[in-house]
Amino acid sequence: MPDSQELSQPPRPATAGALSPGEEKPAVEFRDIDIAYGKFVAVRDFSLSIAKGSFVTLLGPSGCGKTTILRSIAGLVDISDGQIMIGGRRVDDVPIYKRNIGLVFQSYALFPHKNVFDNVAFGLKYRNVPKPEIVRRVGQALEMVRLPGSEKKLPSQLSGGQQQRIALARAIVFEPQVLLLDEPLSALDANMREEMRVEIKKIQKETGITAIFVTHDQEEALSMSDRIVVMNAGAVEQIGTPQEVYDTPATAFVANFLGKANMLAGTVSRSGQAVVLATGQTINVACPRPLADGSKVTVVVRPQKLSVGAAAGANRLSGRVVSASYLGGSAIYEIDIGGQTNIRANAPISGRVLREGEAIDLGFDPEGCVLLDEDGQRIS
Amino acid sequence: MLVAPVFLLLIFFLVLPIAVMAAYTFFTFVTAGVETSALTSANWHEFFTDSYYSGFLVKTLRVGAITAVLCGVLGYFPAYFIWATTFKHKWLLLLLLIVPFWISFTIRTFSWINILGEQGVINVALLKLGIINEPLPMLYNEGAVILGMLHFLLPYMILNVYVSLESIDRTLIAAARSMGCTGAQAFREVTLPLSLPGLAAGLLLCFVLAAGSYVTPQLLGSGRDALFGNLIYDTIMGELNWPMGATLSIVLFVVLGFFAAVYTRYMGMSQIVKGLGG
Repeated sequence: MPDSQELSQPPRPATAGALSPGEEKPAVEFRDIDIAYGKFVAVRDFSLSIAKGSFVTLLGPSGCGKTTILRSIAGLVDISDGQIMIGGRRVDDVPIYKRNIGLVFQSYALFPHKNVFDNVAFGLKYRNVPKPEIVRRVGQALEMVRLPGSEKKLPSQLSGGQQQRIALARAIVFEPQVLLLDEPLSALDANMREEMRVEIKKIQKETGITAIFVTHDQEEALSMSDRIVVMNAGAVEQIGTPQEVYDTPATAFVANFLGKANMLAGTVSRSGQAVVLATGQTINVACPRPLADGSKVTVVVRPQKLSVGAAAGANRLSGRVVSASYLGGSAIYEIDIGGQTNIRANAPISGRVLREGEAIDLGFDPEGCVLLDEDGQRIS
Repeated sequence: MLVAPVFLLLIFFLVLPIAVMAAYTFFTFVTAGVETSALTSANWHEFFTDSYYSGFLVKTLRVGAITAVLCGVLGYFPAYFIWATTFKHKWLLLLLLIVPFWISFTIRTFSWINILGEQGVINVALLKLGIINEPLPMLYNEGAVILGMLHFLLPYMILNVYVSLESIDRTLIAAARSMGCTGAQAFREVTLPLSLPGLAAGLLLCFVLAAGSYVTPQLLGSGRDALFGNLIYDTIMGELNWPMGATLSIVLFVVLGFFAAVYTRYMGMSQIVKGLGG
């Protein structure tokens, strides 16, 4: 099962990043950590194991504790309980400056009074690397972030994207055990963001460094990560590959937070092989285990899993177009299927784009949906 | 159009009074309280030829510089403390800095007489304890003057340094620490250099205020400890020699203005380096 690493299976820590038994120690491991600020508990019972060389994203809304966890790895935040291991070594008592961690901040945090060379060389200087070696490695790092020859410039002479590249070079130049990225793209404008996304991922692959990335942007998480840890209110909601968390959300929160999802309320019939929707229609679903008839469930279907018009096969429902947006290759329809329920479909266009008020058929494969129980947990 | 009122204000309150003073420097001194508008360069000639005046000027600049440097050294620590403390009510600490301003500056200066004087707290206490047999001469010397000025100027220094510390992005310090700096090293690499503009501004302010002061040396110094400001006061109020008093005033104005201008120019450079902190 894709969700075998879920947190709901204690006591083994959840694993993010493929880690098979007998392999080397995880790069970073959290064991039941709690982090509290006074009475406010920011993170509760967080366990996670991150394989060496993987790119793991902590994804969640602001205030969910993702940045707090990141800062705890660096030693910028003290944990109240539990253990953090880096490369198999417990670091609770290791001061921040001895942890050998690369940090990239949202605000770049370049030293404004030092030029690019001194910024990038900073970590090496404090590791007593000889001067010629520093020059060579700084040159190499700048080459890697595609800003060679910028040594003499001051941060204020660089654009936001360039500053963030320098910050990245500064964080990887001393080959830290882990690279922590705290919303590094949020301060950049949209096109720069996409470019940096690709760049960061490329550099991470080339260097083979273990990266932990914090973001509230689901698109960044889906496009960059090997594994995504979806968090909410200080706890883990789901851990999985981007496709796992998108296609098979473990909870209602994950379904809603990651992209758009149609959440159709209904009651179980035929032992879980069908669901009677609130609007009266009956749809067939693929349920992994038998369910009691009459119990309440929510059917989650992604807009991309819906087909419309002539293409609509299984679970054919009739409705009326409320709104249509043409996207070139496909169109997004809001479809009213029973007076109160709107369904969103993102379907390839066959023929012409339907207009508001026109009748439309839609359908989806029973395999293409996920069932959630009354508590919003996926039925598996 | 909108600058016109400001312009008028500047002319009326700044340019005009100084221009009148400048004109006075060329008037002829007849006798105490009497001068004629017959133009003469005698005042300037006297200033440039009599080493009495230049001696005063050098001494004033020296005392001003010593005071400013001491303010910098002593003021940085409290500023750093207020900035770094996790105490919730920082405003209270800042308020404490301003509290002395509620009491007249002259009275605050007088208070030192009760502390340093022969009958002052320190001498009386030491005498009672039998540590000394005679009162220590702590008042009416240059040290007392500098101490009095320190007392008056420290809040300016602390506030200046505090403001520039407050403008430092704290993630810079976190970044330095994560790259291998101990707390002290991060201070040397990041906090100190980035707070220098505030320290520099504080130094200039304290220097100018100290070099231009005349109440403190008047009250806490002896005749020998008089500064240029006292010289101007005596010339105008004692000798009633307004043309010479105006000359000395313009000299002090130009000299301090020169220091401020050179300094600001230099500071302007460091402002560029300071750049965008966050």
